[in-house]
Amino acid sequence: MPALLRIGRTLRRTLLQAIPTLLGIVILNFFLLQLAPGDAADVMAGEAGSATAEGMAALRSRFGLDNPLLVQLGHYLNNLAHFSLGFSPRYGMPVADLIAQRLPGTLTLMAVALAVAILLGVILGSFMATFAGRIPDRLLSIFSLLFYSIPSFWIGLMLIVFFSVKLGWLPSGGAGTIGSRLTGLPALLDKARYMVLPATSLALFYVAIYARLTRASMLEVKNQDFVRTAYAKGLTPFGVTARHILRNALIPITTMAGMHIGGMLGGAVVVETVYSWPGLGRLAFEAVMGRDFTVLLGILLLSSLLVIIANAAVDIIHAWLDPRIGAR
Amino acid sequence: MSTIDSGSFRGLAAQRPFAVEHEAPATSAADNGAAWSNMKAPDARSQQSAAVAVTNGRRALKVFLSNPNALFGTGFLAFVILIALAAPLLYPDDPLSMVGRPFLWPGQNASFPLGTDSLGRDVLAGILHGSRISLFVGLMATALGLTFGVLVGSTAGYFGGWIDDILVRLIEIFQTLPSFVLLVVLVAIAQPSAATVTLAIAVISWPTVARLTRAEFRAIREKDFVVAVRSLGYGHARIIFREILPNALPPIIVTSSVMVATAILMESALSFMGLGDPNVVSWGSMIGTGRELVRTAWYLTALPGLAIVFTVLALNLIGDGLNDALNPRFSQDR
Repeated sequence: MPALLRIGRTLRRTLLQAIPTLLGIVILNFFLLQLAPGDAADVMAGEAGSATAEGMAALRSRFGLDNPLLVQLGHYLNNLAHFSLGFSPRYGMPVADLIAQRLPGTLTLMAVALAVAILLGVILGSFMATFAGRIPDRLLSIFSLLFYSIPSFWIGLMLIVFFSVKLGWLPSGGAGTIGSRLTGLPALLDKARYMVLPATSLALFYVAIYARLTRASMLEVKNQDFVRTAYAKGLTPFGVTARHILRNALIPITTMAGMHIGGMLGGAVVVETVYSWPGLGRLAFEAVMGRDFTVLLGILLLSSLLVIIANAAVDIIHAWLDPRIGAR
Repeated sequence: MSTIDSGSFRGLAAQRPFAVEHEAPATSAADNGAAWSNMKAPDARSQQSAAVAVTNGRRALKVFLSNPNALFGTGFLAFVILIALAAPLLYPDDPLSMVGRPFLWPGQNASFPLGTDSLGRDVLAGILHGSRISLFVGLMATALGLTFGVLVGSTAGYFGGWIDDILVRLIEIFQTLPSFVLLVVLVAIAQPSAATVTLAIAVISWPTVARLTRAEFRAIREKDFVVAVRSLGYGHARIIFREILPNALPPIIVTSSVMVATAILMESALSFMGLGDPNVVSWGSMIGTGRELVRTAWYLTALPGLAIVFTVLALNLIGDGLNDALNPRFSQDR
């Protein structure tokens, strides 16, 4: 079967499966957030310090908070159908704009962390698989388990103590030098300096997972007949490892990477609060604290969408890596 | 290990990938090693799945006890449990009360071996008492999540059909929602307390177990012994709990130790962000308050963090040991 057709079929199947999931998530989130005590009008009145009953009622009717539940849900779904995520009373701007402001920050952080984690994890894992059962493997196994046990917010704080406070090498928070007029490459380098610590804190946990996964799947593949054949026809050990073992071992790693998008988003919430990184995670935290449910609903929906897209991307990568998958 | 032994282990091992095919992401990397379906040719797989998985309890125990890492993990966990039980006896006073001069560094004053924080509270008392909430939340959330996950997963896997379709859809919804974001939302809505944090962690952790249990049940329900008891006229509940569940337990046991570790990490992250029980001292909340002073008094952040790291590490070592003992797939590599 031609590769494009295979990928097309995979894509269609994934999209068809995603629609009911997404609808379920929207409805579930909506009813979940209705359970919360107090609404946005309560919070605004509380922050203003004084509010009359009439003022509260006016606020509620302005934002449609006084309508019956099903009507509110209907409005929300209707808005979604028009690609509008609603209006945040607290920030005084559309939720879609608010999220669009913060999304790039989180996406860059996640992308860098994921890339670092996969790269380091695959290297460490290949190393462990090569020395399986011997001292380097055992040591690295324990180290990877240690990385796996460290809370990201704690290692974040410890990295700040070491690299920003003691050594003064890297900035302790933020996403760029404030008021700097750098452009081009220097600006990119400036951003990169602010990226190092948050991305490392977020990546460390996943380095451990990918290292162990790479090790396990490489050991599994190593015993397969086609590897013996590859050796038998005289390929170099490096060639066999890179072209035959690693390529096949990559499939579970890409699966896991797709599944980790959701987890990374959660990790980003914590890491972003540690480094005051201007991203979606911090926005989610502020929204929870301010009881701004429209924003929260938008973030949850959008991050679920992100997970669905990531899974679709993984399916497509699989269809490309392994011709047998799309043919099913 | 004799050659016959390793031969039969290989057979068992090869059977395992099919069973854990749909395993979820949050479990340890080790038992996810075979979470893909295209490693073996399809005909070989169906043949392997016909073999019945038998785990010899005594052999598993022997493997577990001969693993130094797992023994270290068990020992350390026992130590933490002991501390949690003994904390009210060793430090009967409220760990949140002020007892000494603030900002004493560890070792400065013999009566406060780990120093005091910005309000003059004893750090050691806080860490000892903090183990109680961490273990409570970790164990209770896992117990709840396991119960619900096993119930849903076994129902879906055993009955199949439209029940399976609906439950799988439900599991998928929960697994698509970013779990920590959902956790933050749940706790914020329900107001933070030890009970709500526990419940919320259980809510986000059951889908993993459900998915795993469902996969195991789907593989086991076709086996001959299940067909045999069905023909004897056993009821559904008896077949599920007495016949299939014991055979599906090994991967669930491995997952549960990792679940406790994850639950402890999640609880600490929540209380770090100020979403923990405000009336109880916990490792996460100690880090959260120490964070403001991380430039000057970094020991306030470092010490509770080390407690988390070692407890979670101990649980992960146990999980690894259990995995090696119950799932002999890689035993030939060790």
